[in-house]
Amino acid sequence: MTGFLSFIPRAVGQGIPLLFGCTGEIITEKSGNLNLGIPGVMYVGAISGVIGSFFYENSVGDGSMNGFLAIMIPVLCSLLGSFLMGILYCFLTVTLRANQNVTGLAMTTFGVGFGNFFGGSLIRLSNLDVPTIALSKTSAYFSATLPFAKKLGWFGEIFLSYGFLAYTGVIIAVATAVFLKKSRAGLHLRAVGESPATADAMGINVTAYKYNATVTGCMIAGLGGLYYVMDYASGVWSNDAFGDRGWLAIALVIFTIWKADIGILASFLFGGLYILYLYIPTGMEHMELKELYKMIPYVVTSIVLIVTSMRNRREDQPPASLGLNYFREER
Amino acid sequence: MENKQRTPLFHLAKREELSKGRKLVIRLISIVAALLLCAVITALATGINPLQVYGSIISGAFGSARKTWITLQDLSILLLISVALTPAFTMRFWNIGGEGQVLMGGLATAACMILLENKVPSVLIMLISFVAAVAAGALWGLIPAVCKALWNTNETLMTLMMNYIATQLVSFFIIIWEVPKGSGKIGIINQNTHDGWLVQLFGSKYMLAITVSILVTVFMYVYLNYSKHGYEIRVVGQSINTAKYVGINTGKVIIRTMLLSGALCGLAGLLLVGSINHTITTTIAGGQGFTAVMVSWMAKFNPFTMVPCALLIVFMERGAGEIATNFSLNPSFADIMTGIILFFIIGCEFFINYRIKIKK
Repeated sequence: MTGFLSFIPRAVGQGIPLLFGCTGEIITEKSGNLNLGIPGVMYVGAISGVIGSFFYENSVGDGSMNGFLAIMIPVLCSLLGSFLMGILYCFLTVTLRANQNVTGLAMTTFGVGFGNFFGGSLIRLSNLDVPTIALSKTSAYFSATLPFAKKLGWFGEIFLSYGFLAYTGVIIAVATAVFLKKSRAGLHLRAVGESPATADAMGINVTAYKYNATVTGCMIAGLGGLYYVMDYASGVWSNDAFGDRGWLAIALVIFTIWKADIGILASFLFGGLYILYLYIPTGMEHMELKELYKMIPYVVTSIVLIVTSMRNRREDQPPASLGLNYFREER
Repeated sequence: MENKQRTPLFHLAKREELSKGRKLVIRLISIVAALLLCAVITALATGINPLQVYGSIISGAFGSARKTWITLQDLSILLLISVALTPAFTMRFWNIGGEGQVLMGGLATAACMILLENKVPSVLIMLISFVAAVAAGALWGLIPAVCKALWNTNETLMTLMMNYIATQLVSFFIIIWEVPKGSGKIGIINQNTHDGWLVQLFGSKYMLAITVSILVTVFMYVYLNYSKHGYEIRVVGQSINTAKYVGINTGKVIIRTMLLSGALCGLAGLLLVGSINHTITTTIAGGQGFTAVMVSWMAKFNPFTMVPCALLIVFMERGAGEIATNFSLNPSFADIMTGIILFFIIGCEFFINYRIKIKK
């Protein structure tokens, strides 16, 4: 039971970055843009926040930090970084109508490189005398829980032991689900993703919807990177630590059949699969089996992909124009 | 109501096909612009004179005979993977699993070298490795292809997941074969016997990979442009419905093409493990499976055009890597440069396909 109790919060902690990425990509894909740059965007979101708080922490020095600024500076920097990535993607694919797959992959190459470059060179570039990027003070603000959470036993452990960004992620996911399902703008957005020509004829500004959805999606995804480094990794940046979570987030979109509310539980499930290998006993003799267990999330994703495509239900299909650019004069 | 009569300042129209020369000029301009931006960024990051940046990059890529050979070797591997992925892209099958297919080829090679050492003659090991690597790569291409052919499973994500499954398989076997135990590394395989090390061509250890990639590139050009298979691939790529209508078995074409694509990636894995590194790590493909996607696309799926495209990428990676090392910056600097060049090349396609009409 204690093992299980410690498993849930860790699974949720692993799941939150996936949740942000998944929610962001759902909004993006609903506009018909298949953004394979999400892994890069999440890196940029993370490192932008790190850069912001790195300079803030070092400018404060030993003095006490202002809690509001300690949170707002990284959050705003992160949003700005992923905003710019989103604009770049939209400019290339929506305005210049470039191939979405290639643009996305280029953004991932660039974004991951950007993150690792600044993560690895920030100290040298800034000429500050610090050994590593360990933003423990900022991280303390990000991972602060409600003061009474510890007193509530298992309930507090499972539901209240996370920093504010985790709850933000869940709220954003719920809001996204409601927005897509209930609001007029959400309906228009889905129309743009299904058939941009029809939406255009209805008088919907296709370009604006695509830009807004994709940029918003990127900003949400970027927060996932920020959560990972500031809360889950306790403010310590290490290169490539974020790994392939961005790709898993994209796979989750299919797993959740483009429904942000399903994404919440699905992310936690995937977070659990991601760390499951730590909980399967192998013994010292067979450490190699751990490497096989790490395969589980990818195998499960593949199986889900295959099963959803086999069932081939109409309501489970991707937006009809996903991956295609819209040009009004083309027919 | 002034607002309603407002006409936009300009509007876009599709262009007629441009002449080859014009297209080349537009692409060259975008590359030059990208290189200039890269120079400015490098200058900002390192403080060296922007004019010197390219001197350093060139000396990083071609500064000595050894550096030139390594650049050519990197080029040949990237070219080989790009060419390998191309038939799949030509039929609009987004195989971003090159990474995994290369890894599987490498893993099969390493397995043959380790398990057959001192049991059979080295030549036989080479032959068995070749068959095993090609088969392993082909298998990794086959699985998503079958799913695509039978159930129309999304191949982009499927091949992506296969990458990670391959990565974990490799790390599983690395721990099984690790030398010494607990190091998490295999080290140089068969260091004393050189069993299964691929032969050197023309007395140079670099020439094998280079020769193979040239042969495969030529083969692919002929295969895609002058064979019935190539024709079928292009029809499936243009329109699945047309393909069905003219009686092409699309499922068969998808599976056959992905077998070829995966097999050639496996061949790249064979070269990486058997001829170049003589060891295997999870990062032996080094992201080239993804870079190759962009190289193939940049070249408009023409195998010969991939040579300059791959050269540009390898040149920038080696050169920027050298600058990063000299200034003790992170080697990911090269990825940023690659990204910028790609953005410019991706963006410039617009000016080839569309023209902007400005209202008078």
